[in-house]
Amino acid sequence: MSPTAPRYLISGGTLPDGTTSDVLIEDALLAAVGPEARSRAEAGDGPLETVDASGRIVLPGLVDLHTHLREPGREDAETVETGTRAAAMGGFTSVHAMANSTPVADSAGVVEQVWQLGREAGWCDVHPVGAVTVGLAGARLAELGAMASSRAEVRVFSDDGMCVADPVLMRRALEYVKAFDGVVAQHAQEPRLTEGAQMNEGELSSVLGLSGWPAVAEEAIIARDVLLAQHVGSRLHVCHVSTAGSVEIIRWAKERGIDVTAEATPHHLLLTEESVRSYDPVFKVNPPLRREADVMALREGLADGTIDTIGTDHAPHTAETKECEWTVAAMGMTGLETALPVVQHALVDTGLMDWAGVSRILSSTPARIARLTDQGRISAAGVFETGAPANVTVYDPHVTRTVDPATHATRSRNSPYRGMELPGQVTDVFNHGHPVVRDRALATPRTH
Amino acid sequence: MKHLLSTQDLSLGDALRILDTAEEMSAVSGREVKKLPALRGRTVVNLFLEDSTRTRISFEAAAKRLSADVINFTGKGTSVSKGESLKDTVQTLEAIGADAIVMRHWGSGAAAQLAGSGWITSSVVNAGDGTHEHPTQALLDALTLRRHLARRHGTGPRGTDLSGMKVVIVGDILHSRVARSNLWLLTTLGAEVTLAAPPTLMPVGVEQWPCQVTYSLDEAIAAGPDAVMMLRVQSERMHEAFFPSAAEYTRSWGLTDDRLALLESAGADDAVIMHPGPMNRGLEISAAAADSVRNTALEQVANGVSVRMAVLYLVLSGTETAGTPDLVPSAARRPEA
Repeated sequence: MSPTAPRYLISGGTLPDGTTSDVLIEDALLAAVGPEARSRAEAGDGPLETVDASGRIVLPGLVDLHTHLREPGREDAETVETGTRAAAMGGFTSVHAMANSTPVADSAGVVEQVWQLGREAGWCDVHPVGAVTVGLAGARLAELGAMASSRAEVRVFSDDGMCVADPVLMRRALEYVKAFDGVVAQHAQEPRLTEGAQMNEGELSSVLGLSGWPAVAEEAIIARDVLLAQHVGSRLHVCHVSTAGSVEIIRWAKERGIDVTAEATPHHLLLTEESVRSYDPVFKVNPPLRREADVMALREGLADGTIDTIGTDHAPHTAETKECEWTVAAMGMTGLETALPVVQHALVDTGLMDWAGVSRILSSTPARIARLTDQGRISAAGVFETGAPANVTVYDPHVTRTVDPATHATRSRNSPYRGMELPGQVTDVFNHGHPVVRDRALATPRTH
Repeated sequence: MKHLLSTQDLSLGDALRILDTAEEMSAVSGREVKKLPALRGRTVVNLFLEDSTRTRISFEAAAKRLSADVINFTGKGTSVSKGESLKDTVQTLEAIGADAIVMRHWGSGAAAQLAGSGWITSSVVNAGDGTHEHPTQALLDALTLRRHLARRHGTGPRGTDLSGMKVVIVGDILHSRVARSNLWLLTTLGAEVTLAAPPTLMPVGVEQWPCQVTYSLDEAIAAGPDAVMMLRVQSERMHEAFFPSAAEYTRSWGLTDDRLALLESAGADDAVIMHPGPMNRGLEISAAAADSVRNTALEQVANGVSVRMAVLYLVLSGTETAGTPDLVPSAARRPEA
């Protein structure tokens, strides 16, 4: 960034620690927070723009460990460009692009391509997730080391969409990534127990005549994997935890000092299997929407730290793969642009979490899991670290909006919240000091 | 009644209206000229995306007896097998002039989805969707049981329900849309339903359903039911390890000669055996049970046409008023009972 780059004074916002304070962005860094921000802004040289944040929350830029950007391969559903526009509009300054593209991101070449596309787009940092196994086939390890040492510097590895079901292969992956401080993010789904599965298994799936996806198929893999992680002394990340039983197992593992982290999706914090009664494929997702008791257990797990982070599992799909019979429809929902409103609705407005907690689950913790040093630089109490890269999201929690997927920046329209009223709206986003969102709209991308 | 999608959502009033209308229709089937002009100029499409000759010809006969034009569209050798979407298929059919779409589909929920999609304005009749529901089968079973009960009481069936009737449904409950539709409808009509099956073929959460559940068919028959409904067992269930062998299934859950004898002694004097067809003789039902005078299979088939006539008439006539339409001149009616 050139020396004459504008400086930004985010004025009068509420910080995650609850204080009202100014924040100064200078040279792409958080130059000052608190009373000295204004005095330093007024004393400094160069153009100064003021962002009125009164009545708004100033958050660290959000970090998503679980995003499907679909490129390369399904550019009709999403591209890195459109997906990162959606990320920026959702307040994210860093997303992790899952490996299930076509071709699969299982080599240094593909992860570098995705990483490069992210840099060219300039709306949000893009960190490719590397596949654990070649072609997500679950048979042999992909070249994890090559991806780790590529320009994309991959640290998160996942066969997401597929479970690394073979226990020996999972063990080897957990061991191998220790060489570069990587983490295996497991999509916990026992394949035999979920053949043809269409929704949560229970009384409702029996009534609807849809094949069940039993909770035990998730819980059995998580139980196995935390024991494997303990056995080989590696760290494990569990993707999209969806059941109360899984929360219990992870709580048990953490109490025993096992190095496991876990994420929950926004939709599993709000929606239940009752939505499936409509047979509207917009509610078809993997893992499936569960029971009310599971929703409550996930919220509690996030509040008490058992669940570490929110992963959006943003999964854009074209209209034709959703406008069809439930049983053949694609699984997944968009989520980047509604994540923060859902978190506010499910966790903040319910009194389960304050904004320091939101900063923890949506920024500092996911950054730590992915070993990012340029994101999530905020203390547990919600105090920004000055001198850190200026990744900042300004959020208005007081508006209420009706979700209209047609207005979303993502290329796809499969939002399960269509027509629902949700609180809050991202108003401004700074990615490494550059304003990618201003006044509730996309501004300009950051150039490298 | 715009659509018929399930029996779970069918009120007692609508169920009785369909059954009473079916009684009117059945009077037509007893006449020399088996035809009514009620749906002249209307077009019914039988959209069958899964094999089912019996149900299709029953709907076809029903529509033709009401003077509707019938178009049969099956999934094999058509645009569906070439990858056309359901949306495009039904919109094409409506453009051709369909007023009602009778759909058999391999996917659970397809009929409900079609009715709720806004893709078409036609009425939708669910002719069986995946392992979800088969409402007209349950309605024809209920019509059969209701007539049976009326004969026992020496009254006419119109306006009556199934209060006090004990019905046992036996077999592959897990995969059976017939079992689901019957459970909801028969209990709405006041019958007491018992499900009897091996635990592997019982749906998860069945204990929350409005029925008795047993793993012992002998106990269920010893309790003296009015009707025993045997479900067809698909041979592939054995390969999927739902039960160890056909012989073991028959021994425990088949309506064998011994269980037929038990039904004769313990069941109601006029207890009936029902089967949605086609029967697997020797697997879920013995030859003697299949050929017993208690077996209502053919009566069920005949009632199927009457019930489907009633459903097509009600969804296409657009009458929202309660009571049964006066379709048949009173002179043509047969005396009841």
